[in-house]
Amino acid sequence: MIKVKLFATLREGRQKEVVFDYFDGITGKYIIDMLDIKEDDVAIYLINGIDGKINDKLKDGDVVSIFPPVGGG
Amino acid sequence: MVFGYAGKILRVDLTNRRFRVEDLNLELAKKYIGGRGLATKIFYDEVDPKVEPFSKENKVIIATGPLTGTSAPASGRYMVVTKSPLTGTIASSNSGGYFGAELKLAGYDMIILEGKSDRPVYILIDDDKVEIKDAGNLWGKLVSETTDFLKNIHGEKAKVLCIGPAGERLVKIAAVINDYDRAAGRSGIGAVIGSKNVKAIVVKGSNKVQFYDEERVKDVVSNKIKMLRENGITGQGLPTYGTAVLVNIINENGIFPVANFQKSYTEYADKISGETMAKDILVRKNPCYRCPIACGRWVRLKDGREVGGPEYETLWAFGADCNVYDIDAVAKANYLCNEYGLDTISTGATIAAAMELYEKGYIKDEDIKEDGLSLRFGDSDAIIGWTKKIGLREGFGDNMAEGSYRLCQKYGAVELSMTVKKQELPAYDPRGVQGHGLEYATSNRGGCHVRGYMISPEILGAPQKLDRFSLEGKAEWVKIFQDLTAVIDSLGLCLFTSFALSAKDYIELYNAVCGFDFNQETILEAGERIWNLERIFNLKAGIDPKEDKLPKRLLQEPIPEGPSKGHVHKLSDLLPKYYEVRGWDEKGYPKKETLIKLNIE
Repeated sequence: MIKVKLFATLREGRQKEVVFDYFDGITGKYIIDMLDIKEDDVAIYLINGIDGKINDKLKDGDVVSIFPPVGGG
Repeated sequence: MVFGYAGKILRVDLTNRRFRVEDLNLELAKKYIGGRGLATKIFYDEVDPKVEPFSKENKVIIATGPLTGTSAPASGRYMVVTKSPLTGTIASSNSGGYFGAELKLAGYDMIILEGKSDRPVYILIDDDKVEIKDAGNLWGKLVSETTDFLKNIHGEKAKVLCIGPAGERLVKIAAVINDYDRAAGRSGIGAVIGSKNVKAIVVKGSNKVQFYDEERVKDVVSNKIKMLRENGITGQGLPTYGTAVLVNIINENGIFPVANFQKSYTEYADKISGETMAKDILVRKNPCYRCPIACGRWVRLKDGREVGGPEYETLWAFGADCNVYDIDAVAKANYLCNEYGLDTISTGATIAAAMELYEKGYIKDEDIKEDGLSLRFGDSDAIIGWTKKIGLREGFGDNMAEGSYRLCQKYGAVELSMTVKKQELPAYDPRGVQGHGLEYATSNRGGCHVRGYMISPEILGAPQKLDRFSLEGKAEWVKIFQDLTAVIDSLGLCLFTSFALSAKDYIELYNAVCGFDFNQETILEAGERIWNLERIFNLKAGIDPKEDKLPKRLLQEPIPEGPSKGHVHKLSDLLPKYYEVRGWDEKGYPKKETLIKLNIE
């Protein structure tokens, strides 16, 4: 199982959290395509809180957090 | 003809209730840009660094920059420079809103307050008409009462800067508030103004800033506005959610300090996030002068009142840092900080430190029994109740009004104060962001995130993504960020423009407005000059370079859980390199050749 957490504008028209069944070879790219999120809208992509790449293969139980461009301070 | 600058300084002698208008030294202005830089230079030349912050010999400089009050985007900023009663370092606290631009349009680059009035006064500035007026009836009044009263007398167009009851009572974490809810928040500057018996400054301006090249300014400005609109952070993230959008991202990275930095991740962050604020309490945006970003928020409190909303730092300080996940309570505490004139970061963080002192048994029930408030982590009523008591120095709040360092010191537990140079750290655990921790340790005003915001590259990926755990290149990055930030602060622009703009863009604006010929090298050199002058002030004030440190917890106790689990901050590996790239000796003193290179006498 892969838990996907969405933030900021990516929540518009989507759930805050989506769960995907794990399969060998599942990546962030697959997930964002399924969620109809454009690659350009992914500014920050974390796997278990650590910077990842959307083409990285995920492991069963991973938590993915996806943010559009955000900032503040 | 003077371009960009107003060309005048208003010097107010509070002791003798006199003022005079002086010409700005343009050569000096060009060397130190304006705002934070020029105010620091003038302060350094006129005030003994060893001065007692509340003595009449301390001065307060309220300074705009050459771009403040122009058509440049986000150009409403001004800076308050003085010696801090909290840190003993130079204080330079920055604010937006409308006051800064109005001061410039009244014809002044800066106001210098000196001496001490023997009774409460406010200063009225209407272009070249200046009066020092009695404020006896305003002493004790909240910020909104003071602002309403003064706008009632002097007109809706008048812009008001004032202190609240906290500044009057010399609370060491008191802020200066302008336009009801914008704060020059940090380092206790509100108390310095309070010590001079100044309640408010009211300003009305009807001039225009002159440009060297009108057409060029028009083109450059529209280009920069376009860049800000097209950038994801300044064009979309900040406008939609305000700074509060950071709550979830910082938490997801496991660097969101919880319960006075005892943990760095919480499963409840979303309850106090920008997303929740937008859904539950947001009324509208609350923009500053000429700002296309408009990150300020206007929110509805539980009792129906509509007020300025909490920033990210505030949602953290009163929220996660106190283990409170009640957005209504945090918005209320934020509102009280604006009314009493308190720094939200230091107030929330001091309450959090008191909560840890209580839970560890240092503060006893009998110490706070008269107050009728708890000091338990997670208590929403406590954050509201203690904020008021700090603002009024009432009951146990009198101890907390000294800030967390002096509070923890009183109980023999300074290691529980999450401060650098006695100023409370903001909302990022440096154990999981190494460069940002170096910035905390070396900031010239103590614990502070906006002197070189390394979160931008280390977390947000702007202008490029750096590995947040790596030490590689971080000393160099921190130096450049600190120098560039000094430039932006001195120009009178909002730091948030730097998510989209780079040094080159600021140079284009500055040169077009003033007719100068700065390039990347000379502008960053000016930033470096400002940084070094602040450092020299601090050294002469008696701040030992050994104070370039972080609380023991962050150096020795690994983050216990979450995505940054197991990490500590590696300051001792970073600091020697930082001193080296700064051209300082291994003890942290600027080398003579560095000062000669920067042309600092």
